Amino acid sequence: MQSVISVSNLSKTYASGLHALKNINLEIRSGEIFALLGPNGAGKTTLISTICGIVNPTQGSVTVAGHDIIKDYRATRSLIGLVPQELTTDSFETVWATVSFSRGLFGKAPNPAHLEKILRELSLWAKKDSKIMTLSGGMKRRLLIAKALSHEPRILFLDEPTAGVDVELRRDMWELVRTLRSTGVTIILTTHYIDEAEEMADRIGVISNGEIILVEEKTALMHKLGKKQLTLQLQHALVSMPESLAAYHLSLASDGNELIYTYDSQTELTNIPGLLKALNDAGIAFKDLHTTQSSLEDIFVNLVRKEP
Amino acid sequence: MNLHAVRAIYAFEMARTRRTLFQSIVSPVISTSLYFVVFGAAIGSRISEVDGITYGAFIVPGLIMLSLLTQSVSNASFGIYFPKFTGTIYELLSAPVSYFEIVVSYVGAAATKSILLGTIILVTAELFVSVRIDHPVWMVLFLVLTAVTFSLLGFIIGVWADNFEKLQFVPLIIITPLTFLGGSFYSIHMLPPFWQSVTLLNPVFYLVSGFRWSFYSLADVGVSISVAMTFVFLAICLVIVAWIFRTGYRIKT
Repeated sequence: MQSVISVSNLSKTYASGLHALKNINLEIRSGEIFALLGPNGAGKTTLISTICGIVNPTQGSVTVAGHDIIKDYRATRSLIGLVPQELTTDSFETVWATVSFSRGLFGKAPNPAHLEKILRELSLWAKKDSKIMTLSGGMKRRLLIAKALSHEPRILFLDEPTAGVDVELRRDMWELVRTLRSTGVTIILTTHYIDEAEEMADRIGVISNGEIILVEEKTALMHKLGKKQLTLQLQHALVSMPESLAAYHLSLASDGNELIYTYDSQTELTNIPGLLKALNDAGIAFKDLHTTQSSLEDIFVNLVRKEP
Repeated sequence: MNLHAVRAIYAFEMARTRRTLFQSIVSPVISTSLYFVVFGAAIGSRISEVDGITYGAFIVPGLIMLSLLTQSVSNASFGIYFPKFTGTIYELLSAPVSYFEIVVSYVGAAATKSILLGTIILVTAELFVSVRIDHPVWMVLFLVLTAVTFSLLGFIIGVWADNFEKLQFVPLIIITPLTFLGGSFYSIHMLPPFWQSVTLLNPVFYLVSGFRWSFYSLADVGVSISVAMTFVFLAICLVIVAWIFRTGYRIKT
């Protein structure tokens, strides 16, 4: 697939000396949902802000749809909609005035029909003449999305879109993102909620300490790094592990009532038949079994923990 | 040129003015009336005339300048400081607008407001004294140039300020004293020679003098010097604004 954003050797050092981004290379494909995952302070917002023109890069370059973000900023910025993390709004303005302002700011001629459509989709139409300060937190979050969509961007950045948002609104937001993607909009979201990335993303990038430590298709990532566990519930508790089972690196749990076998789901031969046979030979009977697969969260925690 | 953006920012800023319309109109009308009561009627009755002009009429250009300078600075500084303070500046910085367009729209809106105020004060003054305008074109030129120059200065202060105290500091500590001491309420010929020379170092003095000349053909210094000085301030402000945007000073990290 064609890449719509190309980040090459991008570094950012703030005046304070903070090395927020370290030689980032990243390709965002046209039409995908890309989740940028990372702990707080990893550099997610700095990366987004740089691409959007809010932060000056120290080194490296970024192109959006083939245009350089600095030399050709008008072309790149008019393609991008940004929903910031903080709920920053002009409290005294009305909903309608602020979305109209955003559209104009991005160089688009007034189009009340389009703005109405967006406000309706985001359930803000009834509030169009209300002052922003009278809106709830969730409404303000949606309003920021409406502002970003007001100028019909082809690329949408959502910086922590569901931080502090209730479950229902979160679902709505995910639905909206999917609808947008179906119209061809490329979406880049940052999050530290793993389930969000798991639910939404086509590809996942993990950023930690200003470095992209991994970019992978979500399914491939989960497959590749996913560990599976087989838990056997024993009929009689084991006091110690029989010698004959040592090769399987089993662990005992629940006071010896459970045997846990951890294996890599990618390996063709998981050796489960061998294990079962060995158990049989050792005279260990089990009454039930189940397997679990590691979630993206486990994968993520493992990845970030590896970093110094 | 992103004209939609210029229009959007200008309209946004003017909407802010409209929201505070009552305060915007009533406060200059009241303060101007007070000046006339105090300086024009109470004190002015003892001064009678300055260079052949009644004292009440003499102070009109200075009063307009006083409001023009303080209002231009405070409008423009607030206009750009507030988005920085609330964080909404992210949108401006991520928008396809050039620095030129940003300055034109913010400074244009601030200057528009102070020109409106200047006009209101002029009309109010007419209620108290009869004002004569000998050189209307020059009067408008000085009005517009001064409003633009000091709105630019306000823009610079708004970018520089990182708290509300700093935002108030410059208008209060610098602009107002310079205006009062710049001959708004007196001709410098009324001062001892030493203070006359000191006044020549005050940039606002040249603006007041030129502006008063456009009314009564009376000036403390030649009008060409006043015009030249106005353009010098304008140029200084433009250079600083250009530097701010080139370096991203206090706007971009």
